[in-house]
Amino acid sequence: MTKAVVSVEGLALRFADRELWHDLTFQIDAGEFLAVLGPNGAGKTSLLRILLGQLEPTSGRVVIDRSGIGYVPQQRAFDRDLPLRGRDLVRFGLDGNRWGAGRLGAPERKRIDDVIAAVGASALADAPLGRLSGGEQQRLRVAQALVSDPGLLLADEPLLSLDLAYQQVIVQLLDERRRSAGTPVVFVTHDVNPILTAVDRVLYLGPDGWAIGPVDDVLTTETLSRLYGTEIDVLRVRGRVVVVGTPDAEHVHHVH
Amino acid sequence: MFTTLLGQHFVHTALLAGAVVAVVCGAIGVFVVMRGLSFAVHAISELGFTGATGALVIGLDPVLGMLGGSLVVGASLGVLSLRGRERDSAIGAVLAFGLGLGVLFLSLYQGYATAATNLLFGSIVGVDDAQLRNLAIVAVIVLVALAVLYRPLFFAAIDPEVAAARGVPVRALSVAIFLLVALTTAEAIQVVGVLLVLTLVITPAAAAQRLTVRPGLTVLLSIAIALISTEGGILLSLAHSWPTSFFISAISFAFYVAARVKSVLARS
Repeated sequence: MTKAVVSVEGLALRFADRELWHDLTFQIDAGEFLAVLGPNGAGKTSLLRILLGQLEPTSGRVVIDRSGIGYVPQQRAFDRDLPLRGRDLVRFGLDGNRWGAGRLGAPERKRIDDVIAAVGASALADAPLGRLSGGEQQRLRVAQALVSDPGLLLADEPLLSLDLAYQQVIVQLLDERRRSAGTPVVFVTHDVNPILTAVDRVLYLGPDGWAIGPVDDVLTTETLSRLYGTEIDVLRVRGRVVVVGTPDAEHVHHVH
Repeated sequence: MFTTLLGQHFVHTALLAGAVVAVVCGAIGVFVVMRGLSFAVHAISELGFTGATGALVIGLDPVLGMLGGSLVVGASLGVLSLRGRERDSAIGAVLAFGLGLGVLFLSLYQGYATAATNLLFGSIVGVDDAQLRNLAIVAVIVLVALAVLYRPLFFAAIDPEVAAARGVPVRALSVAIFLLVALTTAEAIQVVGVLLVLTLVITPAAAAQRLTVRPGLTVLLSIAIALISTEGGILLSLAHSWPTSFFISAISFAFYVAARVKSVLARS
């Protein structure tokens, strides 16, 4: 038996005269891995911010327990001269919300070391955070989200600027977490391929509507053509999903 | 001459007042630098000047006026929580008008010259016992607040989005830091003056964060640099007739330059 950790009912989001989506309704069950896909400007990050309670939807209702969210925000470089080490960033995830200056006990320090090791960042733990590469900071961000023992993981393009090997490390970590602890993962991405083995369902936010379901139901020529209101081809090439004909497909390639 | 001065009560008071102010400025400076609030500190300080001159005109204690001026600006900046360029230009506009008002108040006030010089450039040797007591009370308030807010304050300064997701009251902390900065500024003005507040709030913290990447150690180093600059500056001005504020700013700037040189050398 699974139970819903997040329940979204009739959600609509409108900016000025532009409506991103309406009647968005879905549930996220314990242990579920949900990918959120869609073109740039489809409101993927906005949806996360609504789940976080940082953005008010135009209408609709969200039922969610916000006390234990692990959040990996969209990549943003840190100031080069921050007086902060990699492990300090991770530590924020554990005790940054506690009052006082406080010292960590041995078990908590070990927990930080372990999670840093899990993202393959042990060698970076004592380096100045601002001098690390984007990918290195990103791995520490994932460690920061995991260290708090979250009840829900929200990740916004967490694989950005990671090479293939580390993409797999991160995906496996999140996959393990949701299997062992039942923590649902909401994973915003523009490319479903690195997470194909882990993902249970896809929420696709398109210009002409949205769809949710298993990869094989949503990432199809019929569904995407409907969501874009134009002809889209979805191909399977050597186990990869290739989407042809989306208006911003070229742009996505430039991002890499 | 120098040794006789060292035995004087007013010198002891000045050294104590300097120490109190230096500790507070050094501590809060780390958060100010991390949040990029140098310009805001400058504005809060100059509006403290406006408040002080306003108080002089209506016959009130200028220190109260200063506190009032800084707190009003600090609170408004915190509540508006402006970002980036908008904050930059808003502060510039308010600062300019505030200084204009200060100039008007000064012209309305009869004791023009000394009052203005003391406010603008500091008058640490003029601090009496009652003022020292007030400085200490405000210092304790700011330091206790910083100690209680320490971890969330760091978290919110560096990583506001994730901090908010973890339940840290980011907005309230932003107001809190501005109020604490206002209190600190009103303290620092009495030692180094309106125009040199940054020398105690910004320079030591900016130097400290180039010397270490450990957050806790950064705070301690910043306090140490502010202390050495202030006490050294007061002592040097006793031995030499140049102004205290000059020596304080010169010593803290020397630390800053040395820290930059060290971090450049460390990288090559």
